[in-house]
Amino acid sequence: MSAPAAPDGDRRDGGRRGGAPASRVRGSMVPEAEFRSYYGRPIIKEPVWTWEVPCYFFAGGLAGASASLGLVARLAGNHRLARSAWTAAGAGVAAGVPLLVSDLGRPERFPYMLRVFKVTSPLSVGSWVLAAMGPAAAGAAVADRLGVFPRLARAAEAVAGLLGPALATYTGTLVADTAVPVWHEAGRELPFVFAGSAAASAGATAVLSTPAADAGPARRLVVTGALLELGAAQALERRLGELGQPYREGEAGRFARAAKAMTAAGGLVMALRGRRRAGRLAGAGLMLVGAMATRWSVYKAGFQSAADPKYVVAPQRAQV
Amino acid sequence: MTAGPRMGFFTDTSVCIGCKACEVACKEWNMVPQDGPLSLSGNSYDNTMALGASTWRHVAFIEQQRDDQGLRWLMSSDVCKHCSSAACLEVCPTGALFRTEFGTVVVQADVCNGCGYCVPACPFGVIDRREDDGRAFKCTLCYDRLHDGLEPACAKACPTDSIQFGELDELHERARRRVDSLHQAGVAEARLYLEDERDGIGGAGAFFLLLDEPEVYGLPPDPVSTTRDLPTLWRAAALATATLAAAVAAAFVGGRR
Amino acid sequence: MAECHPVGFQWVVEAKARGARVIHVDPRFTRTSALADLHVPIRAGSDIVFLGAIVNHILEGGREFREYVVNYTNAPVIIDEDFRDTEDLDGLFSGFDPETGRYDPSSWNYEGMPVATDTGAEKGRAAGGEAHGSGGAKLAHGSPPNVDPTLEHPRCVFQLLRRHYRRYTPELVERACGVPREQFLAVAEALCANSGRERTSAFCYAVGWTHHSVGVQYIRTAAIIQLLLGNMGRPGGGIMALRGHASIQGSTDIPTLYNLLPGYLPMPLAGTHGSLQEYLDDIRLPAGFWGHCDKYMISLLKAYFGERATADNDFCFDHLPKLTGDHSVFPTVMGMLDGWCKGFFLVGENPAVGSPNAGLHRKAMAKLDWLVVRDLVEVESASFWRDGPEIETGELRTEDIATEVFLLPAAAHTEKDGSFTNTQRLLQWHRKALEPPGDCRSDLWFYYHLGRRIREKLAGSGEARDRPLLDLAWDYPTEGEQEEPSAAAVLREINGVGPDGKALSGYLELEADGSTACGCWIYSGVYADEVNQADRRRPGQEQTWVAPEWGWAWPYNRRILYNRASADPEGRPWSERKRYVWWDATQGRWTGHDTPDFGATTAPDYDPPDDATADKALDGRSPFVMQADGKGWLFAPSGLDDGPLPTHYEPVESPVSNPLYGRQTNPVVETYDRPGNRYNPSGSDAYPFVMTTYRLTEHHTAGGMSRTLGYLSELQPEMFCEVSPELARLRGLVGGGWATIITSRSAIEARVLVTDRMRPLHLDGQVVHQVGLPYHWGRNGLATGDGANDLLPILGDPNVHIMESKANTCDVLPGRRPRGPALVDLVERHRARAARERTEGGGDR
Repeated sequence: MSAPAAPDGDRRDGGRRGGAPASRVRGSMVPEAEFRSYYGRPIIKEPVWTWEVPCYFFAGGLAGASASLGLVARLAGNHRLARSAWTAAGAGVAAGVPLLVSDLGRPERFPYMLRVFKVTSPLSVGSWVLAAMGPAAAGAAVADRLGVFPRLARAAEAVAGLLGPALATYTGTLVADTAVPVWHEAGRELPFVFAGSAAASAGATAVLSTPAADAGPARRLVVTGALLELGAAQALERRLGELGQPYREGEAGRFARAAKAMTAAGGLVMALRGRRRAGRLAGAGLMLVGAMATRWSVYKAGFQSAADPKYVVAPQRAQV
Repeated sequence: MTAGPRMGFFTDTSVCIGCKACEVACKEWNMVPQDGPLSLSGNSYDNTMALGASTWRHVAFIEQQRDDQGLRWLMSSDVCKHCSSAACLEVCPTGALFRTEFGTVVVQADVCNGCGYCVPACPFGVIDRREDDGRAFKCTLCYDRLHDGLEPACAKACPTDSIQFGELDELHERARRRVDSLHQAGVAEARLYLEDERDGIGGAGAFFLLLDEPEVYGLPPDPVSTTRDLPTLWRAAALATATLAAAVAAAFVGGRR
Repeated sequence: MAECHPVGFQWVVEAKARGARVIHVDPRFTRTSALADLHVPIRAGSDIVFLGAIVNHILEGGREFREYVVNYTNAPVIIDEDFRDTEDLDGLFSGFDPETGRYDPSSWNYEGMPVATDTGAEKGRAAGGEAHGSGGAKLAHGSPPNVDPTLEHPRCVFQLLRRHYRRYTPELVERACGVPREQFLAVAEALCANSGRERTSAFCYAVGWTHHSVGVQYIRTAAIIQLLLGNMGRPGGGIMALRGHASIQGSTDIPTLYNLLPGYLPMPLAGTHGSLQEYLDDIRLPAGFWGHCDKYMISLLKAYFGERATADNDFCFDHLPKLTGDHSVFPTVMGMLDGWCKGFFLVGENPAVGSPNAGLHRKAMAKLDWLVVRDLVEVESASFWRDGPEIETGELRTEDIATEVFLLPAAAHTEKDGSFTNTQRLLQWHRKALEPPGDCRSDLWFYYHLGRRIREKLAGSGEARDRPLLDLAWDYPTEGEQEEPSAAAVLREINGVGPDGKALSGYLELEADGSTACGCWIYSGVYADEVNQADRRRPGQEQTWVAPEWGWAWPYNRRILYNRASADPEGRPWSERKRYVWWDATQGRWTGHDTPDFGATTAPDYDPPDDATADKALDGRSPFVMQADGKGWLFAPSGLDDGPLPTHYEPVESPVSNPLYGRQTNPVVETYDRPGNRYNPSGSDAYPFVMTTYRLTEHHTAGGMSRTLGYLSELQPEMFCEVSPELARLRGLVGGGWATIITSRSAIEARVLVTDRMRPLHLDGQVVHQVGLPYHWGRNGLATGDGANDLLPILGDPNVHIMESKANTCDVLPGRRPRGPALVDLVERHRARAARERTEGGGDR
């Protein structure tokens, strides 16, 4: 078995449409026509992924950011917050792995994910991250609850906490590394959207499970995460322009609008009323639902853009 | 393994008669299941409509009423492009997709775990997951036949040599001669598609002579392998990861409450 | 051709790559049109106008290949002064008998050289055009006495031809065919410019030409063009019949036709051919290779009856069945309906889907006592009694059908040895790749063992009626567990053996004394040197461009028939470019790239003595060696039942009046106007559209071999009709929706495919819409649908009894057809409407 080839070095910095696309059509003497298609049929395939995948994105994001939160809380001596965070990280991992497995066409072959390590495959990288971080996070959570193996638990927390942010963001790169226009073109912003969303949901979860007296950093994380997510989403839309239409239309559009509203509202409530019980509950709740809606919106927008050939043809045409 | 010359297809659509022998020969040889619904598409003579997990050759039919030159009926047999920079292969997390000694891209059915990542990665919409089976499938360029010194089943069955199989370099030369002769014969719209190694997929193992724009045939006009942008994507991911970590750390500024 | 013969079409593509211009004339824009340089849409059923106008264009422009025409055709021959042309008699030739509806062809004779009278009406009725075998019609003796090499005599064939086609003008083409004048002239000019000494043109046709009430005359018109342009017997020329199935050519060579014996020997007639001598005297031609028919026939009888056939018993000639009438398929179907035909064999045929007026076929089969169906799957013809459309409409009830159906599973060609004979007379051997599954058996197995078992039952019988069976030489080596007869042994028997028991090398070795046996004289040589020559597979690039070592072509592995015509009268090639066969004076023989189709040592300057017979009676300048005068017949003095010159008649069902003659349709067409087979009145508003049926690449004929296979069914999954956007608008049809198509026979439903490839034609102000109907579907298999053949009428071309399936009329309504008895009502209401129209002053058009 040959090792999969890495992208050619000389092409690495070629830019999105580097090379010589103009010479793609050799010798054509015909002027370009406007957008046309084959009976309106899609050019690329819609993903075969199902609901488990956006749910995994959410769970992974929650787990990753929570692990990070848990580690810093431990270092900061906020053990109450650390416990909440590690519980959330362990739960996120425990929920995420089955989701990931069940989306496979051959679930029993899940371990094949670790057959090779490929930097060209975000899913491969993510699988390895999950493979290292998942057991560590779960172990840390259990150890913390049971109060056993404290030194081993600290080591596990270090591993999980350091890898956590990567688990939260790699899924943005995962969808970006496809031919789906609204994913690929959003590749520079999606990890930030997911990072912000993950931070906010980790903070929200911690807020819900931690006494207010210990939850200050979690509340602040909710607000920062919300700001990060909203900002990144804004940047994403600006970059995509016309191509970003699927984020504004149909189911994806509805979820995107809901996500934005809930994230903004959640952040605001958390910032202004986060110390009160009602505000805490409302802010965290809004934030968690908003984070899930964000993932669902991104997931659906991918399908919508794959189904319509214009999102494939028009940008490519513009480059020719 | 020892790598020989890169093998591939040159599909000259100017002599395709739409007989679909390639579709049938492919399915017969590779034991690909019937997947078409038994209802009329209404789109000319195309009832196959797209490549997929159980359709590795697809003949497109395009009827064009052109004001100046009257009616034209384009036919074209589409197939996996066996890209030089093959996104499906590169994103495959299990190594099920690999590049063979013939320079082709093949799925190992005994490795594929059906993660489905290759499906949206392909800029041509070629590879797909067979839902009842769970694994991804696509054209193998008849890897087994190549081992036995045979040409792929579709090329063998093609009556008019619209599908030509051979060493890619030789096919490139042949294709350029064919375009020149068509231009001389007044077929100005003849052009080659995916023969250029400087394009977004690094050139293809299966390239085409088309008589209209690629999108008319359901092909992307300027496909780019998604992994070409991976360095940028990874940089963004790293930055986002660091940002997340920083955000978490920053949350602790200001104390416990 | 690309649609139905995609494999053969590779040669068209190759020719095009080498500079050939491809012109496609077809009512529809098909996959062939897609690759043609020019597509000419034509009204189905108007081809003789189109082709006749090309003849006119050649003659009026002096574009004929004069030296070829004068020497190699019967253009100079002066015709009997009693002959009257259709121009004189408003669409009839002289000799028409309104009582019998038949022609007496005696006035069509060469002047001073009568055609034998027995090829006349009575015999023609029994056996049709095939009564003449391959020798064509019979002339009394060799060279015609009265000829005018200047082609000026008003009664010479050349001048008759000019007169006959003078009104076939580009303007008429525009009016009758809907082909614009400029487009027609482009075709005619392309043909003329691409013919002559340096260049040749070829015609290819398929059943789009034959399935007409004047089908034979379509091909005849093409033959006239090719003879006038000098395109016969030369490389790159000719007329290629693309056959409907693999080995259909083989099934006429070794015929499955009722009126032929192997090698185009006519079937003997009851009452006329009481003895072998009477038979031979009747069919023998005085000049040409048909003069040796006694050798062919007696060797055939020796192959049939072996040792039992002796000179003393007329070589068992008496054992052969004799024709008592027209036993072609349509009269036989009528015989089932009328109750005199009780049993029927269907071998690889599915008339319940594939034959015209398939509903009538099903009703006919429902009246049989027994029916044997040998096929690969249970085709509709084997299951009609329980699930046919007539069961649904209530016209038939399963419990009323007494037919005992024997469905016998057959082996596919991949499961048996054998040969295919292609349209260019090429035999190619194929070998068994795998054993047939289960009870499936080859046809050879079936007939051999059927014969063996019957003979075992009859063994010892003293009845005279059993002698033919018992006297057969019925001994073939068998092999394997299933006792499969050796196909190679059969091929060797067809090839023939000499007195020494060794395989013959060709029909020139046949004798009339019973010392040779040969199953089909034209195939003699296929087993020369005891080698299966049909099994040769030397690749084209490893031999000459004629490729004589790929398979074997009858006769004598000759790749182009009548190739003497590739050289000029002196035996020199017409041009270096078109060099093929020529006279080598130093060796004193014909030579060239192919086996010369001529007496090997018959010099170009040879003139036969008066007492010469057979091939020796032809001079050295007469390439068409199977004809009694050795000439290509522009004018056919005999041999055709509907006239010596092709004449345009409208199809039996047509939306327009014959623009040329008062006679609307072929005057001698065979019709079966009876309940269940009524014809649509021409010009009726009730049936305003032209309907044409055809096949698609994805399916095989009546579907038994394709609709049962998933890989093929998914490619063309449903019955559909093709209509123009204009017709769709006119009738409210929606693409992807349903349409109901109605004729006097039935109504079917089809999904609608609206396409620019169908185009309405403008004829003299009248717009003619055409509806395209592929006919593959039936009720069995994976891809099901209504059968287009339910719509067609049964009628017969007078020469070969073929149906008219390419040009009929119909009506189209939006939506699905009614179910049950309402379907019959719909058809009847439409017929009543047409009848009302006629009585209310629509008049007889």
